[in-house]
Amino acid sequence: MGVGITVERLNAFYGKTQALFDINIKVEANHATALIGPSGCGKSTFIRCLNRMHETIPDTSVNGIVRIGDFSVYNGTSATQLRRRVGMVFQKPNPFPTMSIYDNVAAGLKLNGFTNRKKLDEIVEKSLNNSALWDEVKDSLHKKSGASLSGGQQQRLCIARALAVQPQVLLMDEPCSALDPISTGKIEELIFQLKEQYTIVIVTHNMQQAARVAEFTGFFLLGKMIEFDKTEKVFTNPSDKRTEDYVTGRFG
Amino acid sequence: MRTRFQQQMEELREKLLRMGGLAELAVDRACQAYTNRDLHSCQLVLENESLINAAEREIDELAFDILATQQPAAVDLRFILAVTKINADLERVGDQAVNIAERVMDMIELPAVELPVDIARMATAVSAMVRRSLESFVEGKAELAQAVLEMDHVVDRMRDEAFIVLVRTMNEQPQSTQQALDALLVARNLERVADHATNISEDVIFWVLGADVRHHAQTAVIARPESTGT
Repeated sequence: MGVGITVERLNAFYGKTQALFDINIKVEANHATALIGPSGCGKSTFIRCLNRMHETIPDTSVNGIVRIGDFSVYNGTSATQLRRRVGMVFQKPNPFPTMSIYDNVAAGLKLNGFTNRKKLDEIVEKSLNNSALWDEVKDSLHKKSGASLSGGQQQRLCIARALAVQPQVLLMDEPCSALDPISTGKIEELIFQLKEQYTIVIVTHNMQQAARVAEFTGFFLLGKMIEFDKTEKVFTNPSDKRTEDYVTGRFG
Repeated sequence: MRTRFQQQMEELREKLLRMGGLAELAVDRACQAYTNRDLHSCQLVLENESLINAAEREIDELAFDILATQQPAAVDLRFILAVTKINADLERVGDQAVNIAERVMDMIELPAVELPVDIARMATAVSAMVRRSLESFVEGKAELAQAVLEMDHVVDRMRDEAFIVLVRTMNEQPQSTQQALDALLVARNLERVADHATNISEDVIFWVLGADVRHHAQTAVIARPESTGT
């Protein structure tokens, strides 16, 4: 099951440049939360702070509190431990190109020393089922490489790979921006199903996508969280004028 | 800035204002026709109806087009929903004006009798409601719309009073029954126009504030204007 995420007074920096300013947010367990905002507003930086990917960029720093369930993210715990709980899917599908479909999904488990072949088979099937890809690839699990799939299938493969390590939270950074509308529809359908088992945070430039898949939406601007509310409120009657200007396209 | 979208929204607003002008004119002419027993005004109301119907279709088509192609959100989405509903109400206002005009055309055939009811006063109040509901739309002011909602009770009372005195007239002066019945039906048409003006005002409040005040679902927290000109 998914767990909630608590963020308190989160600040993030690139060198001396501050990218996030005092972000406070409570993400509900087993719901989808969308983060929207113009380019450079800090939404991707924010999501990368949730699984400590921000610190993989040289000369960056973070302060504040992030808790995934009762797991404290910035309190001496290891990034590896954290990332078992938090899966991530990126803008561009990034399967391991030379690995088979099966090995792509099993990679995370094998990396963690998981060797029980029967159990591995079960988890691979379950993960591919959960990412709505099983029926399309079940006959070529070992024959085809991840790179041989279409863009939409590759993205669902990446979702299966993230699910295989049985995370509690799934972070998605513009997961459909490189996909056609049909593949996008499949991923959105998937998000709807996955939130029964996982907590999902999705960064998207597509406001209609946020409106379709997420129960909660946060609007970022210039590194600040301007508004966080139920999605229907944000898209029908936002509280802040800046949010309204953004969702109605009056920016710029 | 979405220039094309803003142009379409402005076009929608202008079309609705023209439609509002036609509906308002229809009510005023119908009232004038009743007061002056004026056949020419009745004919103008009937001719006006096809323009109102055409305007209704145009507005619906444009709103549908914007919804399908622009995916409006927040205040824009509320505006379009409000416009489509106001559009339907204005068309019904036009229908009520036609009903009054047709009633007057029948009345003119009968001898004029003095009735103990002030339909002209009711007509003035109803016209004012329609005008102010449209003003609240033009100016996007919820407080103007709220003032219209409060006027509805006054018109309801006028209709109830008209009903009582006209039924009494029918009993006491059977020779005037047809004229009294005509006046009663006109009063009912006017009261319905007032209801449509009320609906329009509720839709303006929804557009401006995002609050649903229909059927007393929510008490609008709207500061009364210092002067509404009432």
